[in-house]
This record gives sequence, structure tokens and C-alpha cells, in this order.
Amino acid sequence: MPEIPAVAHERGHHHHHHPAALAHHFEDLGQQSEAATLGMWVFLVTEVLFFGGLFTAYSIYRAWYPDAFAVASHELDITLGATNTAVLITSSLTMALAVHAAQLGERGKVLIFLALTMVLGAAFLGIKSVEYYEKFVEHHVPGPNFQFDEKYFKNAQIFFSLYFVMTGLHALHMIIGLGIMTWMFIWSWNGTITREYSNPIEVSGLYWHFVDIVWIFLFPLLYLIGRHVHV
Amino acid sequence: MSNHVIVPVRTYYLIFLTLMVCTAITVAVAFVDLGRLNAVVAMTIAVLKATLVVLFFMHVKYSTRLTWAVVIGSVFWLGILIVMTAGDYLTRRWSTYG
Repeated sequence: MPEIPAVAHERGHHHHHHPAALAHHFEDLGQQSEAATLGMWVFLVTEVLFFGGLFTAYSIYRAWYPDAFAVASHELDITLGATNTAVLITSSLTMALAVHAAQLGERGKVLIFLALTMVLGAAFLGIKSVEYYEKFVEHHVPGPNFQFDEKYFKNAQIFFSLYFVMTGLHALHMIIGLGIMTWMFIWSWNGTITREYSNPIEVSGLYWHFVDIVWIFLFPLLYLIGRHVHV
Repeated sequence: MSNHVIVPVRTYYLIFLTLMVCTAITVAVAFVDLGRLNAVVAMTIAVLKATLVVLFFMHVKYSTRLTWAVVIGSVFWLGILIVMTAGDYLTRRWSTYG
């Protein structure tokens, strides 16, 4: 029985050349990348269900109170929402281009595209804060200072609660994404990321694109589909 | 292996353009009154956009079957979450409309 780990140990140390980035428990960099990519996907499944609970809550309340949701939805700024959608899609493009550059080992391009991705991510959060600020000024934040048409006063607060929780959770993911991109920028800068070891950029990209997808659904649900419900 | 496939840059730009055009269409359609179809059109475009991001930006088109299984699994479980919950809530009498 003790022979099995002994054999593995010997193979691990004497028969293979070890690239610096290869963790001890993986056979080669390809296997290591596969495992990391799959691991991120499994995490993203939990994220799909995490946001899925909120999407479900939104759908049910919208089905119950279509009029209040339509009136409250009209208070959101469709121009800012659409602009942010374009900003985020562009950031997904620069992210994909960063991954592409990393796969080819083009360090300069990786740094440029990661920086662009971060600038666009920050721009998204900036536009989002302008929207949040407007909602505070208009007293559309649920709670003791909430002001709204008397007829929809109660149920419009449900819409705005969902709006702030869903976009707030999304914004939190964006902030975490910016942290990951900073980390990847440093790793690209100091030479940790190489043509052979570009997988961290790819895995970070999966997270970034996922956050983009969440917004792709939030935008129509919160800003668009309530436009023509007749009250 | 997924990390050995390098997607041509042209593909990324093409997907980006499609996503932007889809965004423009979905915003434009929101200003046209289609009744109940407004929500259907908006969600169909959103699903299309998400699929393009998953397949090309996230490289699933070029990934292993195991990755495919995980991705399809996530959509399947999300479906269970939404359909079963909605099926319960929307068929109960105690739902208070208005």
C-alpha cells in the first residue's frame, strides 16, 4: 500500500520538468488550467442561483403588482441604463482581448486591455452612483423618507427595494471584479503571467463576463419592460 | 483543451458588434407598445445576448464537455428555481393583487 504514493512522488519529482507556475498536485499546466476553469464555472453556477433567487422574487412581485412596477420603473433613467449597458459590453470586449493577448504572451497588450477594462468598470460604477444619487434626491429610496404617488406608495417600495438590492449586489460584484483586475494587472506587470501561464487572466475573465450577463438581464427587467403597462 | 484554443480577434469584434446592435434594438422596441410581447421580446434578446457572451467571450463553444455539462446544469437548476417557485406563488389564492 505505501508504494502508491511513493511512485507518484517519484514521478512528480524526477520524470517531469516543472514549470514554475505548476502546482505540485497537477500533472501538467493543461490539467491545471482545466481544473481552474472548471472550478470558476462551478462557482458561477452558485452565483447564477444566488442572483436567480432575486430574479424569481422580482418576477413574482411584478406579476402581482404590474401597475405599481410599471409606474415605478418609469422613474428610472433609460438613457443612463442603456449607456451603462454599452459600457459594460465594451468592457467585456476589452476583457476578451486581454485574455487573447495573454494567450499569445503579449504582456504590453494585456496591461493595456486590463487597464481599459478597469476604466470601463469604474465608469459603470460612476454612472450607477449618479442614478443612485438621483433616487435619493427624489425620495425614491424605500424607508421612512419614501415619497410616491399615494395609490402605489406601498408596492412601489417593493420595486425600489428590489432595484437597490439587485443593482447593489451587481455593483458589489463589479467592485470585487475591479479588485481581481488590479490583482491580474500586478501579476501581468511583474511577469507572473506568461504565455504558458495565462489561465488566471482567463478565469478572471469568466467572472467579469458573468457580471456582464447579470446586467444584460437586469437592464430590460428594471428599465425596459414596464414602459407600456397601461394604468 | 480549452486553454489551447485561441479565438481569432475578429470573432470578438463581431460578437461585440452583435451585442451592441441587440442592445440598440431592445431599447428601441421598449418604446413601441407591443402589449405583453414587450416583455417576451426584451427577454428573448437578453437570452440571445447572454448566450453569445457565454459561447464566445467565455469560450464555452471551445470548452470540454464537462464545462458544457456545468453550464447547462446551471441553466437547468435556475429553471427549477423559477418555474417551481412561480408555479406555487402564482396559483395561490392568498396573493394580494393591487
